[in-house]
Amino acid sequence: MNKISHPILSMAVSRVGLGLLSLLIVSLVIFFSVSLLPGSYASAILGQNATPEAVAAMEEKLGLNQPAIWRYFAWLGAAATGDLGTSFAGRPVMTVLGPRLLNTITLASITALIAVPLAIVLGIVCARFRGRFIDKFLSTSTLASISLPEFLVAYIVMMVFAVKLQWFPSMAGIRSSMDLGEQLYRMVLPILTLLLVILAHMVRNTRAAILSVMSSPYVEMARLQGESEGRVVMRQALPNAIGPIASVVALNLAYLISGVVVIEVVFVYPGVGQAMIDAVRNRDVPVIQACALIFAAAYIGFNLIADVISIISNPRLLHPR
Amino acid sequence: MEQSIDTRPAPSGPLARTYRLICSAPFTARLGMVFVALYAFVAIFAPWIAPYGEAEVVSRIPFDAWSSQHLLGTDQLGRDFLSRLIFGARNSISIALVTTILSFGIGCLLGVFSALVGGIIDQIISRFVDALMSVPDLIFILMILSIFGSSIPNLIMIIAVLTSTRFFRISRAAALNVTSLDFVEAAKGRGENLLWISVNEVFPNILPLLLSELGMRFCFIFLSIAALSFLGVGIQPPMAEWGSMVRDNAALINMGDITPLIPAVAIAFLAIAVNFVVDWLLNRVSGLNEEG
Amino acid sequence: MTRIQNASIPVVEITDLKIEAKSNEGWTQIVRGISLSIRRGEVLGLVGESGAGKSTVGLAALGYLRPGARTNGGSVRLIGTELLSIPEEERRKMRGTQVAYVAQSAQAAFNPAHRLMDQITMVAVDRGGLSREAAERRAIDLFTALQLPDPQNFGARYPHQVSGGQLQRAMVAMAMICNPALIVFDEPTTALDVTTQVEVLISIRKVIEEFGVAAIYITHDLAVVAQIAHRVAVLRYGEVVEEASIAAIMDSPQHAYTQSLWAVHEMPVSASGRYETGVRPLLSIEGLSARYGNFDVLKDINLAVGRGETVALVGESGSGKSTLGRVITGLKEPSKGKVVFDGTPLPEKLRHRKVDLLRRIQIIYQSADTALNPRQTVRKIVGRPLSLYHGLRGSAREKRLIELLKMVELNEAHADRMPGQLSGGQKQRVAIARALAAEPELIVCDEITSALDKVVQAEVLRMLISLQKRLGVSYLFITHDIEVVRAIADQVVVMQHGRIVDRGAKEVVFSLPHEPYTDKLLASVPDMAVGWLDGIIASRTARLSTYPLDASRIDQTG
Repeated sequence: MNKISHPILSMAVSRVGLGLLSLLIVSLVIFFSVSLLPGSYASAILGQNATPEAVAAMEEKLGLNQPAIWRYFAWLGAAATGDLGTSFAGRPVMTVLGPRLLNTITLASITALIAVPLAIVLGIVCARFRGRFIDKFLSTSTLASISLPEFLVAYIVMMVFAVKLQWFPSMAGIRSSMDLGEQLYRMVLPILTLLLVILAHMVRNTRAAILSVMSSPYVEMARLQGESEGRVVMRQALPNAIGPIASVVALNLAYLISGVVVIEVVFVYPGVGQAMIDAVRNRDVPVIQACALIFAAAYIGFNLIADVISIISNPRLLHPR
Repeated sequence: MEQSIDTRPAPSGPLARTYRLICSAPFTARLGMVFVALYAFVAIFAPWIAPYGEAEVVSRIPFDAWSSQHLLGTDQLGRDFLSRLIFGARNSISIALVTTILSFGIGCLLGVFSALVGGIIDQIISRFVDALMSVPDLIFILMILSIFGSSIPNLIMIIAVLTSTRFFRISRAAALNVTSLDFVEAAKGRGENLLWISVNEVFPNILPLLLSELGMRFCFIFLSIAALSFLGVGIQPPMAEWGSMVRDNAALINMGDITPLIPAVAIAFLAIAVNFVVDWLLNRVSGLNEEG
Repeated sequence: MTRIQNASIPVVEITDLKIEAKSNEGWTQIVRGISLSIRRGEVLGLVGESGAGKSTVGLAALGYLRPGARTNGGSVRLIGTELLSIPEEERRKMRGTQVAYVAQSAQAAFNPAHRLMDQITMVAVDRGGLSREAAERRAIDLFTALQLPDPQNFGARYPHQVSGGQLQRAMVAMAMICNPALIVFDEPTTALDVTTQVEVLISIRKVIEEFGVAAIYITHDLAVVAQIAHRVAVLRYGEVVEEASIAAIMDSPQHAYTQSLWAVHEMPVSASGRYETGVRPLLSIEGLSARYGNFDVLKDINLAVGRGETVALVGESGSGKSTLGRVITGLKEPSKGKVVFDGTPLPEKLRHRKVDLLRRIQIIYQSADTALNPRQTVRKIVGRPLSLYHGLRGSAREKRLIELLKMVELNEAHADRMPGQLSGGQKQRVAIARALAAEPELIVCDEITSALDKVVQAEVLRMLISLQKRLGVSYLFITHDIEVVRAIADQVVVMQHGRIVDRGAKEVVFSLPHEPYTDKLLASVPDMAVGWLDGIIASRTARLSTYPLDASRIDQTG
């Protein structure tokens, strides 16, 4: 058993290492892009009319007179322990983002929990009934819906369910004082919108992943052995499509992240996405940095999981010669 | 004997071939082409079609209802909604188009170069692209725009650079497929230089694939510029842009007025139309490859 | 066993079958009214070149059509059931149980995600009415009959853990598991090396005879079918041009097309020995090694090619013969040793070689499909070396271009064609014209005839010989095909595992007894005669009775 798990383990470890490396590069990019900020960082905080003395004092206070590389490692070290610095408004970034992060995670994970299995099932259905009505219908409608701007989907959902039918509130301003039922009730429309946005992408890519496996000679061989089409998909194609499917699902979670930003704005949902947009408008750099780091880490994490799944599901690696 | 076997028809002119190609397109693709042509027409002739000026305040009543004078009413400042919609076509499409072409150029040149050169240079460029791609685009754009400010050149540059990573990936992969073929090796062995090989041997073979990618990326760029404008960090007023028109008039939605959604629908229709055409082209490209 | 044991009705009877396939220009007829009938225990060989419709007919016997194909006439009766008129669901249930299929590449046809035993017993357990234990026992019996190593544990492995020859035999076991009435073998040995091919052929013959199953054996190789089939149908352009017993076909083929299958075989054996010793060779390779990563593909190669001489480089796949060609042309750097061309050592790196040096050594590839850019006209393909090496422009270039096309038996009308509009043989001629355009002194020919039909092979070989007489060019001819070597070579060099194991003038190398590997290689190439395999089996049994331990050696080769 030791011998068998060895290549997988080493591959998985190297993937995790690569993931950490890209996170490091991303953090470098995020940190040093700030030094491109026109004018000094301190005068950006204090505004155009600050006296040179005030700017110098602020630079001293923020430790800006220290070398950039030193500040980078200090920032990174603090970020690793959950301290993301202080916003220009003077509050610790973590205090601003903490509760919002929880809200966003709730929103995104509920959506993902519904979207991923549903997308895989619909993708399989399309592949199984390739060229039939259900496939053509789903292919065309998902092609159309990936072309819709997220805010259009959001407003249509809002128009139908909040304005016309009045089933749900149009604003999803949840507060921690509300009970869980109330919070979930207010989340329904954002979740529905997000679901519609990412489902189309995922279904299309899952279908493509399965179909590319379906063109393998061993699938034709299974047909020639008299396997039914359903079993060809489930038993022959699916085990080999797990890796590709995991990759496309992870890739599509990028749409979840950008979707979250737009949808939080539309529904005034107190999440990280909205905080980021506010920070961009106010040019509150520490908050922007923190949000970017959070989203990038999430995305890199998803891809890492997908990589590990495709390594584990590959029989050639699982059962080496 | 064997020489006489030639059942394939001789090639005809490119015009006739294009015509045959369009005739063979399915309904969705033809519909898409008609819509694209329509949008192009509106975008090019916007000043002649629009009843009023782009930033002209023509009514004292903001959010005026639909009327014979203002077919789609007025916006939050009393400007003619229809006129802004028409000028919006021009602005949104041209900015997206410039961005797409720019990123296509950067990405494909680097991609083919990287594939042909190989070795350490290829590794460095590829790692860098991987790092750029490991941040979701929208997040990256937001961050950079907040630093440099959202002017149109900034917007075009940052989106072009980020999108060029996709062109890089696909053109590099496609070029790698081609460069592994014997005719590229034969050209190398003949003593041809890299430029000659990429122009004469590689590009003609990967062009169909890249063109369909071009259409798809145009949609993504078009949609993300709209999203940025909607979020208030894209194209700035008073320039008419569909995404920001939705945002500026969003208040009407809660009153059950669909006017603010019209620009959003306009965005959607163009994206759908382009995607329908691209989907058909992609199917053709993959079909051609299967035939060998 | 559910099948009807009535010997009077044929196992399969195909009558006037017509199949068409969808192409860009609409529907094209690919099978044009074929009638075949196979009785119990009979093996029918289906012979023809690529594109003749062999596989389509073979699959039709299973009631299966590839996507994009449809029948437009005729009937296929399998043990009394009309396959074309019953619903797909019923056809499907007959596959695997009543009729089975053995694919060309077992490596691609086995699912990488499942153990061999699970795949082999699947049909038997699902629909063959066997319990899992019974099915596995039968599989182990079949493994034993097919001479697979360690039959008890063989099934526990995954496809990628087993060699190609063993996998091909495992596929035969999978086909036999439900004891079907008919098995369709679709080129089951084509992807294998000759020495492995013999072992698989012996196994297939053995189980066909032992279990008395009827079979369709599809191949392009008449010599192979002569060892297996009782009767042969020769296919061309979707039609049967000749059908007869194997003996009749081999002794007196009637149809002109059938006769043409002997084209290469009947080429006169070229006289060798034109090379005079003492004269400085055009190319000499001294102590050459090359490696990919940590793997030595070439080990200490010494070789010489004289002016106007043809040296054939023979070996199985993986022997390193193609790598040697690449090192000579500069596409691969050696790790040791040197290549001396016309008295001067060649620079190892391609970019250190002068253009004129590149001109003097040309290479022609196995597959003209990948060697010619599909998006360039013949004019551009052949014209490029003319302008690059000889600075020809305009009408001078055009004149030379036509000259070259005529040299390879094409004409000016072909100049405007794209490779996609040419036949396989024409494409290879264009590739030859491109090499000749450089006016080289040495041409490395890498398996250049193996993708071609027999008739075309012979035409191309004849052309190469006459071009050599006219132009005095030398060929380094890389091939695995002994018939081709006989026709064209002066010297023969045999390679195995990256080393030269044997060499000499053709007559010397081909006369037995010689080096053990050369003997084995030559003995593994099927003769164009019935009974060749019987001879091999007989001599093995004779040896086995004296040295029983030899059984294990047979297994290792597969």
